Amino acid sequence: MNNPTDIKERIKKNLVWKSIFRRDYRNTVRDRAQAIFGNIFLHLHPVQVREGAVKLRFTWGMGGITFFAFIILVITGVVLMFYYHPSIEQAYSDIKDLEFQVPFGVILRNLHRWGAHFMVIVVMIHMFRVFMTGSYKAPRQFNWGIGVILLVLTFLLSFTGYLTPWDQLGFWAITVGTNMGAATPLLGYQGPFSEFLHITPFNDVRFALLGGSRVAGNALLRAYIWHCVAIPLVSVILMFVHFWRVRKDGGISKPQK
Amino acid sequence: MNPFIEIITQPDNIAIVIMIMLVTFFTLWAFQQALDNDKLIAAGKPVDGENEGLVDTFKPLVRIELIIALAVMVFLTFWSIVVDAPLEEIANPTLTPNPAKAPWYFLGLQELLVYFDPWLAGVVLPTLIIVGLIAIPYIDINPRGNGYYSFEERKFAIVTFSFGFFILWLLLIVIGVFFRGPGWLWYWPWQEWDHARVVFEPTRDLSNVIGIDSRSLPGFIIGAILVNGYLVAGMVAPYKYLKKKMPDFLKQFGMIRYLVTTFLFITMMSIPIKMVLRLVFLIKYIWITPWFNV
Repeated sequence: MNNPTDIKERIKKNLVWKSIFRRDYRNTVRDRAQAIFGNIFLHLHPVQVREGAVKLRFTWGMGGITFFAFIILVITGVVLMFYYHPSIEQAYSDIKDLEFQVPFGVILRNLHRWGAHFMVIVVMIHMFRVFMTGSYKAPRQFNWGIGVILLVLTFLLSFTGYLTPWDQLGFWAITVGTNMGAATPLLGYQGPFSEFLHITPFNDVRFALLGGSRVAGNALLRAYIWHCVAIPLVSVILMFVHFWRVRKDGGISKPQK
Repeated sequence: MNPFIEIITQPDNIAIVIMIMLVTFFTLWAFQQALDNDKLIAAGKPVDGENEGLVDTFKPLVRIELIIALAVMVFLTFWSIVVDAPLEEIANPTLTPNPAKAPWYFLGLQELLVYFDPWLAGVVLPTLIIVGLIAIPYIDINPRGNGYYSFEERKFAIVTFSFGFFILWLLLIVIGVFFRGPGWLWYWPWQEWDHARVVFEPTRDLSNVIGIDSRSLPGFIIGAILVNGYLVAGMVAPYKYLKKKMPDFLKQFGMIRYLVTTFLFITMMSIPIKMVLRLVFLIKYIWITPWFNV
C-alpha cells in the first residue's frame, strides 16, 4: 500500500475513475486521436493539423486568444452579476461595493474591464491576419462574413457594458452613441426623410434602444439584458458556426496555388 | 504633470497604448513575411508552409493552446493588479462632460462627425463599412495570395484594406483619444486642455466660395451636380480606364461586382476628400437640400 505504483493502480482500477476516463492513455496513434475526438471540448479540433497550425508565425493564435478572452469575460461577468442590480438606484453603489467591500472585487472588475479591451484589440488583429493571408478567399468567403458580424457583436458587447456602472463616463458615452440612432434616415427623428413616416422622439430608433426618450432606468435595464444575455447568446451561436465552418472549409488556411 | 504623460497613462488609454504596440508589431511581422514570400515566389520557390506535413493535434497543438491561454491569463491578471478600472462620478444628466467621448473603438466614427452629418457618420458609413467588409471575399476575385502572406500578388487589395484599417480606423481612433480635447478641438500632446478656448473658424459651403448662396436654388443645383457628379464620375472613370487597359479583367469581373466595388471604393475615398475640404479649405457642406446636407 505504501508503494506509489500500488496507489496509482488502486486509483485507476477504481470504478469511479473508470466511469470518468473510460480507458488508459498509452501514447499510440489511436490514443492520441482518441484524446481529441473522445473529448467534448477538444473535439472542436481535427485529430491532425498541418505543421503551420502549431507555429505561431502564421496565425499568431489570434482567433483562439479572442475566444479565450471571451471565456474569461463570461466567467468574470457571471461572477460580477452576483454583485450587481441593473437599477439606477443601486448600480453605482454596487460598483462602489465591488471596490471597497467585496473580496477581490477590484481585481474581478479590472479583469472584466481590461479583458474586454483586450478582446476588442485581438479580434481586430485577428481580422488583419486573416486579410493579410488572403484566408477569406474561396472556400472561406462565408466564414469571413460571420467573422465580420462577430467583430461588430464584440464592439456592441463592449459598448452595452459601458453603461452598467452608471457613472458619468458610461452615461455620456451611451448618450453620444444612441444619439446617432436618432439620426438614422427614415427611422430616427432627426434623420433625413423621417417626417414622411411621422417619426418623433417617442417612436424612433433611439427610443427603441433606450426604452425611453432619454438615458434612464429602462436604458440601463436594456443595456444590461443586451450585454449579459442577448448579445452573448447570439455571439455564442455565431461562434459555433464560425468554428464549425473553419473545420468544414478545410481547417486553418494553407497556401493554395 | 506633462499633459501627454497624463493622457497616455489614463487607465482606459493604456489599452490604446497596448493596441498601438501590438498592431505595430504584428503589422511588421505580416509585411516581413509577405515580402519574404514575394521573394520566394519571384525565385519560383514554394512559399512558407506550402509543402507541409501533418502533426497530431494531441499534444503539439493542445500544448501550445494551453501555454498561450496561461500567458494571456498571466498578462490580464498582471494588468488587473497594476491598473484599476476607472469609476467616475455617478451619472448626472444635468452635467455634460466636455468632451463627451464614445468608447475608444468608436472614436473613429465620432471623429467623422467633424466632417459629416450624424446620419452619414453615425449610420450610413458604419453600415457601409460592415457591408463592405462582408463583401470583400465576393468582390476580390484574385485567386492568388490564398492562404499565405504576400504583397506583390494582391497589391490593390492590401493597399486599399490597409488604408481603411490603419488610416480611417486606427489613426482616427488615436486622434480621437489623444488629440481631441474640450469642444472636440485639436490639442497637441504638450498643450494643456483649456475649457475656455474658443476657435473662431468661419466655415462656408462650397458654392459660397464662388459667391452663390448654398441655400438658394442655384446653390442647390451646383451642390447636386458636384455630389452626383462625383458619384457618376467615380463609377464611370475606372470603367473607362479598365476597358482600355485591362479589358479581360473587366469582363471576368462582371458588371454587378464592378458597381459594388466602385461604389464602396468612392464612398471610402469621400472621407479623405471631405476631410481635406474641411481642414484645408474650411468647407462644411457641398450640397444643402431641404432634407439632408452632404
